[in-house]
Amino acid sequence: MYPDLSRQEILRYSRHLLIPEVGLEGQRRLKASSALIVGTGGLGSPVALYLASAGIGHIGLLDYDLVDESNLQRQIVHGTGSLGKRKVASARERLLDLNPGIQVDALDEPFTSTNAMRIAENYEVIIDCSDNFPTRYLTNDLCVLTGKPNFYGAIYRFDGQVSVFYSKEGPCYRCLFPEPPPPELVPSCADAGVLGVLPGTIGTIQATEVVKFLLGIGSSLIGRLLLYNALDMSFEYVNLKKNPDCKVCGAKPQITALVDYFEFCGVPGLDHGRGWTGRGLTITSRQLAKRLKRGDKIDLVDVREPHELAISHLEGARNIPLGVLSSRLEELDPSQEIILFCKSGSRSSRALEILLAAGFQRVKHLSGGINSWAREIATDLPVY
Amino acid sequence: MPAPLRSYVNGLAEVPVRGATVGAVIGDLMEQYPIMRPHLADPAGTLRPFVNLFLGSNNIKDLQGLDTLLNPEDVLILVPSIAGG
Repeated sequence: MYPDLSRQEILRYSRHLLIPEVGLEGQRRLKASSALIVGTGGLGSPVALYLASAGIGHIGLLDYDLVDESNLQRQIVHGTGSLGKRKVASARERLLDLNPGIQVDALDEPFTSTNAMRIAENYEVIIDCSDNFPTRYLTNDLCVLTGKPNFYGAIYRFDGQVSVFYSKEGPCYRCLFPEPPPPELVPSCADAGVLGVLPGTIGTIQATEVVKFLLGIGSSLIGRLLLYNALDMSFEYVNLKKNPDCKVCGAKPQITALVDYFEFCGVPGLDHGRGWTGRGLTITSRQLAKRLKRGDKIDLVDVREPHELAISHLEGARNIPLGVLSSRLEELDPSQEIILFCKSGSRSSRALEILLAAGFQRVKHLSGGINSWAREIATDLPVY
Repeated sequence: MPAPLRSYVNGLAEVPVRGATVGAVIGDLMEQYPIMRPHLADPAGTLRPFVNLFLGSNNIKDLQGLDTLLNPEDVLILVPSIAGG
């Protein structure tokens, strides 16, 4: 039996109660339901706000990050007053202000193969609002292994994708993407940028699918992938089929327990900010400043996109964007010392891998990127 | 052409390509834009597992793969693997 609605709740949800597809029974069903939102960023913000206002009785917010000024262009659950606070605490406060009648769990921890099962067991549905491949594969496998639906949304600049991966009734994420692309082909939001409104559009569709699923109404996105482009204002649908050979939901699954996805994806899922710092192949801003000051001959290579140079640039550096680096290696002199840099160290660490693989030996990358340079050396440069 | 790959085709949203099959069309695309090659195929020429091509609303994996025959006005959609959130 679903819980009754109080007199106050009947007023709060009256616009739902007026819709025959929801009604009193449906609203009680929502009150009894629970949802885990993986990621409280761009997508997680609208998802959390709409699920809380819709009266989903129990919401879990999972994130381990802090609210940063650069988040506020799209992460609308947070505000300027929350800068520096834990994201889950900031979002929880906002959700309880919106709807004090629900339970909101602030899960301030990374999502890993060791805690995912324990966390997920408290929730009926899982919404993938994460920003990296390790978490997406983990979320998918978790949903398949526990039989829960995975409400998937992903964004890039002006493009968005939405689907419902529910292996009991259709394909899973791995049926579509058996394995992730190599890290050098995958720019993150922090590197590539994203239109602030985009996660609003995509997250709102994810939240719509969650509410419909819990109410058991309408046609869902199970077996369909919605492709949205904000520039063209186009919505296209493609059909997704279950892959009989899928490693996790196929007839003979090879994945029967959660595995360490950081290894599997080749990129760190826990820290996508600063990039690779191993094997003494990094240089700090202070070290670089010292060496430039004493006149060391260094080939500074900026691997950001050309339009980013208008925001900040280093005197004497030349620009070879990461995406075209492999095809422009002949422009670099292997006998000369090369120092690569980008915005925050993520792309330059990929560039470093490319140069090392091509046989370059005198190469390093700038830890923390030009943003670190702007914080520590050239403080008149903006951080972005 | 999905946004993540547009920078490799001079920013174009649609790229005209020639070929009677999906495989031929992809070959033509990689010939026109060699920089696209590592994003689409491995060194042996096999389509990478994270690349999904749809003819209309159907994945070519559910049709005849790279041997799928094309008509002149057909549109192939390249669905990229994106992770932003």
